[in-house]
Amino acid sequence: MIIHSPDALEGIRQKAIEALSVREASNNSSTTEAAGLEKGTPHMQILCCGGTGCKASESAKIVDNFHAALKAHGVADKVEVVVPGCFGFCEKGPIVKIVPDNTFYTSVKPEDVEEIVSSHIIGGQKVERLLYQDPGTGEHISDSKHMNFYRKQMRIALRNCGFIDPENILEYIARDGYKALATSLTRESTDVLADIKASGLRGRGGAGFPTGVKWEIARKFDAPQKYVVCNADEGDPGAFMDRSIMEGDPHSVIEAMMLCGYCINAHNGLIYIRAEYPLAVHRLQVAIRQAREYGLLGKDIMGTGFDFDIEIRYGAGAFVCGEETALIHSMEGKRGEPTLKPPFPAEAGYMGRPTNVNNVETLANVPVILTKGPQWFASIGTEKSKGTKVFALAGKINNVGLIEVPMGTTLREIIYDIGGGVKNGKKFKAVQTGGPSGGCLTEKHLDIPIDYESLAAAGSMMGSGGMIVMDEDDCMVSVAKFFLEFTVDESCGKCTPCRIGNRRMLEILDRITQGRGTMEDLDTLENLAKVIKDTALCGLGQTSPNPVLSTLANFREEYEEHVKDHICRARKCKDLLTYSIDPAKCKGCSACARGCPAEAIMGEVRKPFVINPEKCIRCGMCLSRCKFGAINVI
Amino acid sequence: MINLTIDNRAVSVPEGTTVLDAAASIGINIPALCHMDLKGTCVKNAPASCRICVVEVEGRRNLAPSCATLVAEGMVVRTNSARVAKARKTVAELILSDHPNDCLTCAKCNDCELQKLVTRFNIRRMTYKGEQSSRKKEETVAITRNMDKCILCRRCETVCNQVQTVGVLGAIRRGFDTTIAPTFDRMFTETDCTYCGQCVAVCPTGALTERDNTDRLLEDLCNPDKVVIAQPAPAVRVGLGEEFGMEPGTIVTGKLATALRYLGFDHVFDTDFAADLTIMEEGAEILHRLKAYLGGDKSVKLPIMTSCCPAWVNFYEHTYPDLLGYPSSAKSPAQMFGAVAKTYWAQKMGIPREKLVVVSIMPCLAKKYECGREEFSVNGNPDVDYSLSTRELARLIKRSNIDFKSLPDTDFDTPMGESSGAAAIFGATGGVMEAALRTVYEVYTGKTLPRIEFTDVRGLEGIKEATIDLAGVPVKVCVAHTLGNARILMDKLRKGELDYHVVEVMACPGGCIGGAGQPYHHGNVEILKARTRAIYQEDEGKPIRKSHENPDIQKLYKDFLGEPLGELSEKLLHTHYFNKAIN
Repeated sequence: MIIHSPDALEGIRQKAIEALSVREASNNSSTTEAAGLEKGTPHMQILCCGGTGCKASESAKIVDNFHAALKAHGVADKVEVVVPGCFGFCEKGPIVKIVPDNTFYTSVKPEDVEEIVSSHIIGGQKVERLLYQDPGTGEHISDSKHMNFYRKQMRIALRNCGFIDPENILEYIARDGYKALATSLTRESTDVLADIKASGLRGRGGAGFPTGVKWEIARKFDAPQKYVVCNADEGDPGAFMDRSIMEGDPHSVIEAMMLCGYCINAHNGLIYIRAEYPLAVHRLQVAIRQAREYGLLGKDIMGTGFDFDIEIRYGAGAFVCGEETALIHSMEGKRGEPTLKPPFPAEAGYMGRPTNVNNVETLANVPVILTKGPQWFASIGTEKSKGTKVFALAGKINNVGLIEVPMGTTLREIIYDIGGGVKNGKKFKAVQTGGPSGGCLTEKHLDIPIDYESLAAAGSMMGSGGMIVMDEDDCMVSVAKFFLEFTVDESCGKCTPCRIGNRRMLEILDRITQGRGTMEDLDTLENLAKVIKDTALCGLGQTSPNPVLSTLANFREEYEEHVKDHICRARKCKDLLTYSIDPAKCKGCSACARGCPAEAIMGEVRKPFVINPEKCIRCGMCLSRCKFGAINVI
Repeated sequence: MINLTIDNRAVSVPEGTTVLDAAASIGINIPALCHMDLKGTCVKNAPASCRICVVEVEGRRNLAPSCATLVAEGMVVRTNSARVAKARKTVAELILSDHPNDCLTCAKCNDCELQKLVTRFNIRRMTYKGEQSSRKKEETVAITRNMDKCILCRRCETVCNQVQTVGVLGAIRRGFDTTIAPTFDRMFTETDCTYCGQCVAVCPTGALTERDNTDRLLEDLCNPDKVVIAQPAPAVRVGLGEEFGMEPGTIVTGKLATALRYLGFDHVFDTDFAADLTIMEEGAEILHRLKAYLGGDKSVKLPIMTSCCPAWVNFYEHTYPDLLGYPSSAKSPAQMFGAVAKTYWAQKMGIPREKLVVVSIMPCLAKKYECGREEFSVNGNPDVDYSLSTRELARLIKRSNIDFKSLPDTDFDTPMGESSGAAAIFGATGGVMEAALRTVYEVYTGKTLPRIEFTDVRGLEGIKEATIDLAGVPVKVCVAHTLGNARILMDKLRKGELDYHVVEVMACPGGCIGGAGQPYHHGNVEILKARTRAIYQEDEGKPIRKSHENPDIQKLYKDFLGEPLGELSEKLLHTHYFNKAIN
């Protein structure tokens, strides 16, 4: 069915809102009382997370089991199973949410399904053991709104994730989907663009360039063919906000691309997505197909005369292809390598035509800015960074997951309030923001309000929003080495500083972690890092030394310990460890010797054993086998 | 005009100028490595990837590559601040840290652009040590690859893809493991490589060099059982002098003949002689096809295309196997020389074929491949035994204690040493066409040319065209140099849209004077221009300027060959082509 006018869209929306009303109402309720069919609830919904993370934990099986159980209980007609996108609380996935009582079940397993159906859906009794337990108070919390993880969040880009069925366009329409498009197409495109500018939205892919300004530049270049490109080549290790948006709310990206096309006079959209995001690809394909079926993509959209269509292009997963010029070359079938800007893609991009490239999260903000108004958006955040930012919280933190907070939220709020603090009660050491190109920030940075400028000033960056927490057991030299290994692997090899310089830096870090480093190495490292930052061709190269520079600045004493004393205080650098057996504690049981793969442990039964340090490969096997705590590691 | 300041000096340059060029215009010579701009030709490599030419631009966070950064009004540039100097040196040191540094035994020693930078930056120790790339090595008949020496400037990739459109070389793998190689890291021999050698011509280091035949030649020269004869190509005599510090464009024909004699060649002939012979055969073929066409035969293949450039022959055999009927069947001058030398001359001199060694001195690397073509041999004995490039000859002269600059001039030996001005111009793009027209016109019309120069087909423009009035018949001709331009023509031909009668193609920019065996131009197009001027100067100085007027050629036909396109001529001087398309 083709939507021929904005009014027709409104008509459809009203019906769609009706269909979604139970879920909407549930979303705002916080009843401790469970609903249930036997209690007279006429209709219920089970929302079972369909994000990649929960799918990896068998959420598809959970969905199947729900269908089977509902059928077995003869209630399939009264209970609907919905598969929305990511809820964000991946630490506790798979997530199952029950509507209308808004119960939030965590860590659900396929075998839990029967109990949920019989006790909750039918009997109206919540399954207590599957409720989230606050690590602080030990209290079971029934709805997500009262969980610290969600309390300080503000979900704009993720507004529909974990709520609507991404494969049902009507659910998107019910939540004001395509409303921004319908109203914008009847406005002057310059006015629409002015709104985007006024909102203060900046690129969420890393660099933070003002989106409205970018569109304005792309608009200025006139050409018979122009392109809107969605950069879905999410590559930071641990970052998955773009994937989640595409999996959970693909229409928001499609609508935003059309709005961009309208503003810059482009009629072709391309989504560059890595092929290893099959679920996101599938959801996008479904969404594009549905949008076409409704006439929301194609010719003469909603009778306004505006044409726009979208194609999907697949990347092979190179990190550097997130850089817009490299991305464009990859789409053109060329080697994914950046080229010098200018010319910017706005002037000469895909196939030499004016091209505007925006990241997924950036685009997801666009429709809502236009429906709620730029002032609303600009009222959120800090002076220079407006709106919210999605972070992928990972590492040694209690609540791993995807969160969205207003700009200006402090790292402390994110780590301690939302993230629930450091895992296992360990001491916080550092937080790495901005992915492999970011830096490691310490305790002293925890209270800075997060925005593009403050993170950069602190020696890190916003990046695409990766946030990895480290505790006292993390060796900062190894951390720097880990990130550098990533950039060395992902370097395209085009420019000298990145290709050879990063390799040399990695070799130095290797030496240091093996106890072969010199103090001169530290100076060389610093010098190389600065030159690479100053001379590399693209953003990947220019930022690749950040982990090294920031750890050198904040944890220099750890580097010096490795070099001078051959000590790794976190005991992560294997080559610096010495294993020995405390003769006072050793009972001579020989468990260690029998487990040692290097035959480095000798001794007579019932007498203390000894480790030959020459043979010891520091694998830690003896440590794990000793029941008497007799193995010392220094 | 854009006004900016470079190193506190004001400079005004046209919009679109790079900072590198703007600096050069006021005598500030910013070091560069990957950059190459053969201005006026299509050879341009500006990937801004080596980062040697970085400069400080006020207001910018990072250093900017001057080769690819365009000037802007009010720009303030510093090319030699402490920050820049340190960065630049560090980048050079990094390149060195992944380089074999076996300069003493490297074929590019003293001609290496990296070596020059190291000297210039006063790098006296290896600051960074670490793993070195281990990449493929290959020695083909024409080109030697040692990619361990590659600094990934991508010049070869640019010429192979953008200029020649052969598309053999490209970057494969990523990061530190990046290599410039054929797809799937194949060998050159498994690809469509034409051996044009332009990759060698632009390589700044010793990664790509010619296959060296100097030792082989020395051995033959020392062998008393062999009669070794030389044939240097037209373009050699206008390039060789550069190797000895002479001005580009110096004509050293006389010294060349003397040097070859001093080296120990038993007879010193001239490929120019065979160039005249080529004109006789190819000219006859042009006339034959034209007459048939004008006589109403629509099946005749037109345009007829020249066939003396061996890389061009390889190109159409690999890429346009469906169009093999268009090029002239005439062999290249070097091969015609070999065929005549090992028959006519050898018989005359009573030298058995297996004792005679014909060595060509060529501005070209594809000639090395051409020598090995089976169809150019008799019972496994090649007509031309092997070929040396201009550079190899220069090395051999130096090695043989010959002070080239002080050599007296001598003439080539007879009977295969005499040549016309038409033969001399074979070395420049448009030269074969002009030489052919001089003969075709006079043979067809029976009249003397009113003006011997066809200037329309001269110059560095990629594709040139002209219409010649052949006694009322307008003959449309076209001249292309570089295989990229040839591809444009061939694609049109395939579609039936190529409206010419005669087409000349040379694979190298500028023709043979820009051949891959010539002294390295290091990106200076003035060198190519000077060689071109010298070529035409050589022509003007010749008493005979038309091939058909060369008395030794006339004698060769009278005594031995009979007539152009005659039975013996066809057998010795013509060839056929093969479908060599891969897959």
